[in-house]
Amino acid sequence: MNALLNPIRRLGALSINAIWRLGFISRFFVAILLNSGQSLLRFQLTIREVYFAGVLSLIIIIVSGLFVGMVLGLQGYNTLARFGSADALGALVALSLLRELGPVLAALLFASRSGSAMTAEIGLMKATEQLEAMSVMAVNPIARVVAPRFWAGVISMPILAALFNVMGIFGGYLVGVEMIGLDAGTFWSQMQNNVDLHYDVINGLIKSLFFGMAVTLIAVFEGYDATPTAAGVSSATTRTVVTSALVILALDFVLTAFMF
Amino acid sequence: MSSDSFIELKNVSFAYGDRPILQDISLTIPRGKLVAIMGGSGSGKTTLLRLISGQVLAQKGQVLVDGKDVGRMSSRDLYQHRRRMGMLFQFGALFTDLSVFDNVAFPIREHTRLPESMIRDLVLMKLNAVGLRGTEALMPAELSGGMARRIALARAIALDPQIMLYDEPFTGLDPISLGTIALLIKKLNDALGTSAVMVTHDVHKSLEIVDHVYFVAGGKIAAEGTPDEVRHSSSPWVQQFVQGEADGPVHFAYPAGNSLAEAFGIKGETA
Repeated sequence: MNALLNPIRRLGALSINAIWRLGFISRFFVAILLNSGQSLLRFQLTIREVYFAGVLSLIIIIVSGLFVGMVLGLQGYNTLARFGSADALGALVALSLLRELGPVLAALLFASRSGSAMTAEIGLMKATEQLEAMSVMAVNPIARVVAPRFWAGVISMPILAALFNVMGIFGGYLVGVEMIGLDAGTFWSQMQNNVDLHYDVINGLIKSLFFGMAVTLIAVFEGYDATPTAAGVSSATTRTVVTSALVILALDFVLTAFMF
Repeated sequence: MSSDSFIELKNVSFAYGDRPILQDISLTIPRGKLVAIMGGSGSGKTTLLRLISGQVLAQKGQVLVDGKDVGRMSSRDLYQHRRRMGMLFQFGALFTDLSVFDNVAFPIREHTRLPESMIRDLVLMKLNAVGLRGTEALMPAELSGGMARRIALARAIALDPQIMLYDEPFTGLDPISLGTIALLIKKLNDALGTSAVMVTHDVHKSLEIVDHVYFVAGGKIAAEGTPDEVRHSSSPWVQQFVQGEADGPVHFAYPAGNSLAEAFGIKGETA
């Protein structure tokens, strides 16, 4: 009987635990919003974090964007050429990047590059009593440490996604026009005709704004909530990347269903 | 002694979950004095500091600081209380992403609107007080343990606190750094007139610098007195602690609840 019940019990415990954590993270989100005054008034605090989370992610975003665009160019050309519509390559590359690949891939990269770094940093600050020292100095660590990082992530993510799109489109151009030899005029005009500023570009950026909020919230929460030991910080970092990836993909489905 | 007491604990009890840490403890720290709280690891010494700083709240009894109960403070009052307080953490707890200068400047920048030139003067003064002027451009990772502890001390006194809390200030230091920190604590306390609580298990160094000692064991005050009284105490408990003997009133073995033979199942087959 026990062998039969144990998996069910474990499932129940997992669900209850998940709901608890969802509650904690929601309250944490409210606490961040309530303590955001300082990160906006002393904006250099946030700018500093934008540098660490955003500027330092530029390389990985630019390089990945370029290669994703180049692969899209190759694969798109092969498929389109079979139907005799290779001219539409520009539109295909731009639409797939703007609507899906740009926001999603940039967010996944951001989660593994900057999200994990935020979790590890905050977790280690907790493990070495730095957060406690701050609060004993009458400085609220949520206002001083967490909120600036959160807003930095929210600010950086759409910009990084936009940059990813630009690099991807450039990569598609390199492959389609420079390498394969499609007509540059057709490539660009097809893109221009088929991409709508509001419907495609803005919706994509709204997506990445949501992803940015989700990823950074998960990252700072996991760091703040980490068990203050080496093993605790390491598992919190892992959780950040795994949870972020799942949330990004699930959120992408929901947002796509609403938007397109 | 209670007439000019600055910090006073009255019948305080505290437990983490259902594990009692402190039971009905009362003690006083007079204004301007340096008081040590000693006891074995896990005796609840650090919890006493956390009660005074308001990081944990007493479940029973009162923690009075300058006549106000820390347990009943609103979060605004608590922050006000903490601004008048400096705390030296066991391993310094310096902010690893800030330079020495920015670490010492941190409380000043957070709590005052002073111009940068004045902050610079203040920071250099504090660094000079701990004998480490010239290190301001270093990062915490570049400091030795003893230096980090002194920088942390400079940061703790940055706003000239009325209360200083020292959490194991001597742990993990070589004898020279240890002597330096002890001297600094004594010197700064006399110079600033702060009321200070020092949690420690380094008996000999502490007895040289403190005004009064409390021994905590099993969540209760086991003994107290001035350093001289402690040195000549007849209490076997105090003697065990001061002499550092492995067994005595404080037992060497954890109370397992049964004998080793029973644990191996040699006896008690019927159970």
